[in-house]
Amino acid sequence: MSHATSPRFKDNARAALADAELQNALKFVEVNFVARRREVADKLPEFDALRDSARDIKNHTLAHLDLYLEAYEAKVLAAGGHVHYAETAEDARRIILDLCKSFGAKTVTKGKSMVAEEIGLNDHLEANGIAPIETDLGEYIIQLRHEMPSHIIAPAVHLTKAQIEADFRRVHTHLPADRNLVEPTSLLAEARAVLREKFLAADVGITGANFLIAETGTSVIVTNEGNGDLTQTLPKAHIVLASIEKLVPTLEDMSQLMRVLARSATGQEMSVYTTLSTGPRRPVDPDGPSDYHVVILDNGRSSMLGGDFRDMLRCIRCGACMNHCPVYHAVGGHAYGSVYPGPMGAVLTPSLIGIDQAGHLPNASTFCGRCEEVCPVRIPLPRMMRSWREREFERHLSPLTVRTGLGLWGFFVRRPRLYGLATALMARLLALIGRRHGRFGWLPLASGWTRSRDFPAPEGATFQAQWKARSTKR
Amino acid sequence: MSARQSILGTIRRSLGVTGAEAPRRKAVADRIAGHPSGVIPARGQQPARERLDLFVAMVEAAAGSVARVQDFAAVPAEVSAFLRRHNLPMAAQRGADPLLAELPWERGGALEVSTARTQTNQLAAVSHAFGAVAETGTVVMLSGADNPTALNFLPDNHIVVLDAREVTGDYETIWQRLRDKFGAGILPRTVNLITGPSRSADIEQTLILGAHGPRRLHVILVEGDRP
Repeated sequence: MSHATSPRFKDNARAALADAELQNALKFVEVNFVARRREVADKLPEFDALRDSARDIKNHTLAHLDLYLEAYEAKVLAAGGHVHYAETAEDARRIILDLCKSFGAKTVTKGKSMVAEEIGLNDHLEANGIAPIETDLGEYIIQLRHEMPSHIIAPAVHLTKAQIEADFRRVHTHLPADRNLVEPTSLLAEARAVLREKFLAADVGITGANFLIAETGTSVIVTNEGNGDLTQTLPKAHIVLASIEKLVPTLEDMSQLMRVLARSATGQEMSVYTTLSTGPRRPVDPDGPSDYHVVILDNGRSSMLGGDFRDMLRCIRCGACMNHCPVYHAVGGHAYGSVYPGPMGAVLTPSLIGIDQAGHLPNASTFCGRCEEVCPVRIPLPRMMRSWREREFERHLSPLTVRTGLGLWGFFVRRPRLYGLATALMARLLALIGRRHGRFGWLPLASGWTRSRDFPAPEGATFQAQWKARSTKR
Repeated sequence: MSARQSILGTIRRSLGVTGAEAPRRKAVADRIAGHPSGVIPARGQQPARERLDLFVAMVEAAAGSVARVQDFAAVPAEVSAFLRRHNLPMAAQRGADPLLAELPWERGGALEVSTARTQTNQLAAVSHAFGAVAETGTVVMLSGADNPTALNFLPDNHIVVLDAREVTGDYETIWQRLRDKFGAGILPRTVNLITGPSRSADIEQTLILGAHGPRRLHVILVEGDRP
């Protein structure tokens, strides 16, 4: 998270809106993800009951997190694995680097892991002479471009295939220059061939985890490509990097969450590969890693348990909130300037890097509420964005114009009669002036609004006045 | 203080607990021992025949294919037929699974099925599933010498032999079978739940099969008795 550009959100968003290629790539998000989720949710009558169940399981686990962590750890040890604890991103980077060194690793393959992005693992390994290779196709593409993921489950969703073709030609220089890469299938085939060699050569495989199961000491990954499985099956050591809130009590609890995860994420009934890994390979196993290490990251989450943002720890990283977010649709993930974009990022990022750095993010919302409506674990995202806005205001971090505006508004709403008089006067005045066009292209003190859209002219009477009139009529 | 103690300490401070409270410890122990099921979709809860039909439909919806055969002796011919249909070499790899070992492979014609150590360029592999879940058309594979995990991912074509009696309605029945087989709280190194062939939609959300794992998943569903 060292390169967070969240403080520049407004500039980022403006640039994103003007980026024709990005806008072209983004148009797929709204259509595909939303329609597919709707379709599979409608096919499962129990879907909403499963969402309640998923929420309750997460709440129960968070309320007993210390004990489930202990139970999980005991099971990992019993299965012959190792557990490491990292309080900060820096600690996690150090632990993983030390482990890689202890295995004499030159290259490590990686399954897709948002926590690895959060701690900036790749840069750290690279700086210390170990080559990390992302193996999820989307992650591989953005690694070639030295970019952050722009979506938590579709990291390269901001790119067009022409851009990806150009990157492959730039990097895969050992292949014939005149090869045909027009179709997405040929791009995938090329990545598959290049990465197959890397899988076989890697010394260590690093994956994240969608779930950690306390009952059995198991880490679970959910993928569609199979890259995570090759990552954790072929090398001699498997390192799992997971944050504390990934814990679930039992296999049954995991199944409840699994039933809402893929449906909410990609709109699949089930992802192709759900893989449960428990400890290192057994003496009878012909394959699998000889060493199994789990690195458990806190990075501020244990403190979140005690505050207003505890519900955020229920998040299972499906991406439904960003798939349904009009702001995300307009600007994409990179504008948010941190690894977690969209509504879940607008709530989580301020917890990770501070509201002083990420203050724009909870403000980048229309409060339409679609994110909460589709969240599989029913996280009240709009309410939490509002909490961040309040904190920002309380800490005097909001810009002067906002503070003055809010102060002025506060003055009037505390005096209802004066408020009624003033708004009635304004509404009548604006209705009169705007009568001819029905809208304003410019208004004093409102250029922030009118710069990019018209302001509709009021009808003449305020909402309160109309309401009163209707009530008395009845 | 160790990082472990420090993290547990912060969690407990945030929750306002010490970790020693008997009711909390009991709640956790009870949940792990009792593993309540929660909401189970009605979709998979059907009589055997309908359950199998659902399983087949769900595998096909996930872009996999299914062949239904009457007995295990018919498996080799179906493996041959699958390879021929896709113009593949008449060779496949398998693990030491006793059921697969006993199959009359000579009935597969020119088919050669070997147990040599995983070749990365092997085009096809045959595995024997531990079970399957009709709800989503998912096959369940266990690691071990019988059916090495790498065979689920390295070959281009993965053929899964499945006993129809081991097709359950839901995942929960599989978890119980695993507890019965290995003991409570104990799993083999790897349990793979596989639903259709490998795919990616990372390029302009165009769905393409065969990303890193097999591009074809073919289930041979055996509805009759074992040999």
